[in-house]
Amino acid sequence: MTSGTMEREKTREAVGAMRTSVVPSAGAAASAGAAGGMAPAAMDKMVVSNLNLYYKEFHALKDVSLTFPENQVTALIGPSGCGKSTLLKSLNRMNDLVEGCRVEGSITLDGSDAYRDVEVNDLRRRVGMVFQQPNPFPMSVYDNVAFGPRTHGIKKRAELDEIVEQSLRDAAIWDELKDRLKKNALGLSGGQQQRLCIARALAVRPEVLLMDESTSALDPISTAKIEELVAELKKSYTVIMVTHNMLQALRVSDKTAFFLLGEMVEAGDTDTIFTNPGDPRTADYVAGRFG
Amino acid sequence: MMAPWDMTAAQLSAALRIASDEWAAREAEVARRRRMVSALLRGLVYLGAAATAFVLAFLVGYILVNGVPYLTPSLFEWTYTSDNVSLMPALISTLMMAALALVMAVPIGVGSAIYLVEYAPRGSRFVNIVRTTTETLQGIPSIIYGLFGMLFFVTALRWNLSLLSGACTLAIMVLPVVMRTTEEALIAVPDAYREGGFGLGAGRLRTVFRCVLPSAVPGILGGVILALGRCVGEVAALLFTAGTIAQIPDFVAGGAAAVFDSCRTLAVHMYVLASEGLHVNETYATAVVLLVVVVVLNAAATFAAKKMRKGSGND
Repeated sequence: MTSGTMEREKTREAVGAMRTSVVPSAGAAASAGAAGGMAPAAMDKMVVSNLNLYYKEFHALKDVSLTFPENQVTALIGPSGCGKSTLLKSLNRMNDLVEGCRVEGSITLDGSDAYRDVEVNDLRRRVGMVFQQPNPFPMSVYDNVAFGPRTHGIKKRAELDEIVEQSLRDAAIWDELKDRLKKNALGLSGGQQQRLCIARALAVRPEVLLMDESTSALDPISTAKIEELVAELKKSYTVIMVTHNMLQALRVSDKTAFFLLGEMVEAGDTDTIFTNPGDPRTADYVAGRFG
Repeated sequence: MMAPWDMTAAQLSAALRIASDEWAAREAEVARRRRMVSALLRGLVYLGAAATAFVLAFLVGYILVNGVPYLTPSLFEWTYTSDNVSLMPALISTLMMAALALVMAVPIGVGSAIYLVEYAPRGSRFVNIVRTTTETLQGIPSIIYGLFGMLFFVTALRWNLSLLSGACTLAIMVLPVVMRTTEEALIAVPDAYREGGFGLGAGRLRTVFRCVLPSAVPGILGGVILALGRCVGEVAALLFTAGTIAQIPDFVAGGAAAVFDSCRTLAVHMYVLASEGLHVNETYATAVVLLVVVVVLNAAATFAAKKMRKGSGND
């Protein structure tokens, strides 16, 4: 046995252990899928084809093609500056706000072109985003969550109350905040703020949730809470997350795509990417040999 | 000196001890010098702070001592006569003048700052040109504004020496102040708020007014206070544009046409009294009132800023 395969064996064991310990249901499903080779055939919620993205002269994404299956968690991994956040931001056109950013190729949401057929504000409602740093608005908890629905025309108090409560429940923070709805959101802890931001994103009833390193500014306990939350959320949403934390990708994602210098090196089933990657660069990265 | 490798163990350790003693002495010397420098600098800083506080206290004290004894009820008569140099008309005119000038300058200034920061492409040439222009305008002496106001509002538009001419001139004068402070306040708002707004599908207008502007309000109000101070304290520009007639523009009898009445603000009033030299005591009393007006207006604006910040938090 070569050292490479031995290491891979070890990783595989670790994968199994982690999956069963942290997210039992996902672990069971994944190992069943891996064993039988019969992963549930999921619809592709978003499809990226031949995407090239430039910041002025800089070629940030090179011919990326990738699919995001519905009701699954897709993790984008890779070293800093590899373009994974850029890809995430082009999925809901946040890159439009960047001066000198140019996009070629296509991104579709349920088959319709996100850059041509869908109105940008509607796209951003359907494809919600949670940022790296928690960014609640400087207003009350209630107003933070109600901001999105109000933006999209919901004015009735009773309806808003219901959406706010449901969103906070979905973000697993209702019990902590139900008595503090009128308090300023900036007074919450970092972990609470981030879950509030998730609730805020959920309040507009999105179909896809983008998470841009959403746990990197948080302590381990808050991170664990959000990871549990993601496992729960994928039942109703398609989740796409950028993470620098390899173990996190391993724990929560179903599919993983590895990026390097603006290219997508490989994408596939998370277990396969971590235990039996097709490209030596992926193997080096997930084993922690660089990046 | 002997090379280290030729020394016996005892010699070597002795040499090292000497070296380390020397080193410690040098360290102590450096530390002593550093302490001296920092004590000196701290002293200078304290001195600066004390000097500022002293100058302010002396100024205020001097005005109060000289002015308060002459603050008689007759100074607050509704009409001004050459015997009783009542400051009431000037007080009312000041408030009218400042209000009118700010009503014109604040919306335009805040609006253009919002455009420059939130709408115009960042770092565009146009933005840079506008920014340089406003900075230049900020540095122009007020007498130049007065001259311009006289030629344009008073003469060309035939508004004569009037409340309106004066207020328009002041508005132009404080516009750059409002614009620059608003710009700074908006730039200081973290981009995360904008991203949050856009990310939820809010358009630019809603994002700017609901997510960005509330955090910038205290900074903007700071600029308004600054502008207010300049309006209330201005003399040179108003001598040419609003004139020196000590009367209250009569909106009751004259209706809106009263904006074409000439009037003098408190600062102009003081200038006139002081240059006549006949009512020096009353001039000091007027200065006391002007001081009080400025303090009250500032306090009110600060209070409003606090209220608004709280309001945006608990709404």
